[in-house]
Amino acid sequence: MRVYQFTEQAYFPTWNDHSGSLRVILPNRKCDPHVAADLFHRYYDEYQLCDEIGLDIMLNEHHQTATCMSSTVVVGLAVLARATKKARLLVLGYPIGHRPDPLRVAEELSTIDVISRGRLDMGFIKGIPYEIPASNRNPTELMDRFWEAHDFIIKAMTTHDGTFNWEGEFFHYRQVNVWPRVWQEPHPPIWSTTGSSSQARVLGERGYVMATLGTGFGTRKLYDAYRKGYVAKFGHAPGADRFAYLGLVAVAHDKEEARKRGDLIAGYLRTSAIVHVPFRNPPGYVSPEDNARMLRGETPPRGFTKDGRAINIHATSVDDLIDAGVLFCGTPDEVYQQIIAFCDHCGGMGNLLMMGQAGFLTHEQTVDNLTLFSREVLPRLKAYQQPDAEAAAKAVAA
Amino acid sequence: MLQPAQSAAGSLVVEGTRIDMIECGAGRPLLFLHAENGIEPAAAAIEELAKAAHVFAPTHPGFGRSELPAGMRSVDDLSYFYLDLLDQLDLRDITVVGVSLGAWIAAEIAVKSTARMARLVMANAVGIKVGDRESRDIADIFALTDQEYLELTYCDPSVGQRDYKALPDAEVLAAARAREATARFAWNPYFHDPRLKSRLHRIRIPTLFLWGSHDRMLSEAYGRAYCAIVPGARFEVIDRAGHFPHQEQPKVFAERVLAFAGNK
Repeated sequence: MRVYQFTEQAYFPTWNDHSGSLRVILPNRKCDPHVAADLFHRYYDEYQLCDEIGLDIMLNEHHQTATCMSSTVVVGLAVLARATKKARLLVLGYPIGHRPDPLRVAEELSTIDVISRGRLDMGFIKGIPYEIPASNRNPTELMDRFWEAHDFIIKAMTTHDGTFNWEGEFFHYRQVNVWPRVWQEPHPPIWSTTGSSSQARVLGERGYVMATLGTGFGTRKLYDAYRKGYVAKFGHAPGADRFAYLGLVAVAHDKEEARKRGDLIAGYLRTSAIVHVPFRNPPGYVSPEDNARMLRGETPPRGFTKDGRAINIHATSVDDLIDAGVLFCGTPDEVYQQIIAFCDHCGGMGNLLMMGQAGFLTHEQTVDNLTLFSREVLPRLKAYQQPDAEAAAKAVAA
Repeated sequence: MLQPAQSAAGSLVVEGTRIDMIECGAGRPLLFLHAENGIEPAAAAIEELAKAAHVFAPTHPGFGRSELPAGMRSVDDLSYFYLDLLDQLDLRDITVVGVSLGAWIAAEIAVKSTARMARLVMANAVGIKVGDRESRDIADIFALTDQEYLELTYCDPSVGQRDYKALPDAEVLAAARAREATARFAWNPYFHDPRLKSRLHRIRIPTLFLWGSHDRMLSEAYGRAYCAIVPGARFEVIDRAGHFPHQEQPKVFAERVLAFAGNK
């Protein structure tokens, strides 16, 4: 198993000072650039520590928000491509349906791949609903733009013998020829995220690495949808390396200290949905059928514990989060057992995206959390034998 | 001829795209183009209009149960769709009446061709940019809560309130589709076409602007500026109505339209 450390690089000093929205409309006057600079350097230091202790690195971007200062992920990638030596650099993700210029995306990511000497993992994502106001992209055609941008970027990264022409529905270029050429052949690995079974199947058909975020014990059905698509296309089962899961991780020798850290890291979940209501569901972001159900007030719960109890992951206890497989928390032994139990539930999961820092977790606590995980949990996860992939795929087909 | 109550299921195919259309009443022909809130809130106005006009009230592509042709994504596309519809039905000397988004569609039709049109009525019309680049002419309805939206768009917000738990499935789905289709056609540039203003001089048929007095999504000044660009257009205010005067004052709305169209 690979483990990628992830932090949203939050501007937490204003988490308790907002008027109902941490995103989109929170005035940037609340952001002190001197404090922001210190935080950026601290977060980059923590990422550099990961490089030294055998963890890989995941970065993302959000816009106009105190929950995540990384508003242009390519900047963080650039800093870390130079400042790290071994860690893989996963961007999860790059919201390519929002970008006005996919050629620029291909150039940026190719450059990162070269500077890092082939350590880039390239996650393309739709983006959460709250990203729409910043890009002003029409939400009703976001996925059409996404797929055209995706096709264009791949073509741009795999064309090496001169220019090509592109006159699509959304993007137009006549002389495309990206320099520098990507390091990894044919292109850096492609990842994506989803919470929908239909999209999971599409990702399976493409064989991309599929990540789900905080889906807990609802994850298996998404992985199974992926398996169906993958088997239909490739004729054999996808390995555990095709699956990734973002979970919160808090580890300490002392159970109480681990709980305390888990509670602080859960601050991410408690703040991430604090958004002015109109920005939560832009038109076209979900289907008219789903919107009709929402108008009727029929919104199905998204979080479940292992025994099937529905929970609201944005406002629940550390114990519930552990029961739901959203938070892996406890002593190194406990955390290891929780993670492999989750892998068993999933039928295999080869990439843990570990949120080992969030919100008010201090630098010292973060360093201790990461170091202890790396020393006492990671080696056992590396040695862990994933469930039989063919058996998992057969169970879906049956 | 179909009556409104029976004609909800009426539909026709225009260049391969099936849309719903209400056809009712008798008299000179009138094409009613509904606003962004869909055809259902226009039922009373259509009934009033049908007392003295032969009304054609289609449901726009992407709204209600009407199909959305692949690649259709602008009001410009919609205007060509309706030019095809007018040709197909061979309608002549028609009065075209649009409210808000419907009025924008009507203007986009009229700048292309008024060959089949006798008169044009634009109610609380969107479609052009009036103020400078940092002035928001049209409230950002997608950044409003439901309550804020109702307060800006209605004189009496209770008129716009809908109990989705009690409505039939088809109407709830229509509301969801209306929101999505509105965004498809009006997201960016927001509720206007930057080129339309410079083409409005081409509208050389009698034109009436109707304006709900309590529209706070769009100002009356916006409406008057719009009206001033259309050659010879008249401007009339409808009291005790907001952005959807046909919904809040269906009788007054229909009387003004029919009087202007010469149907009465």
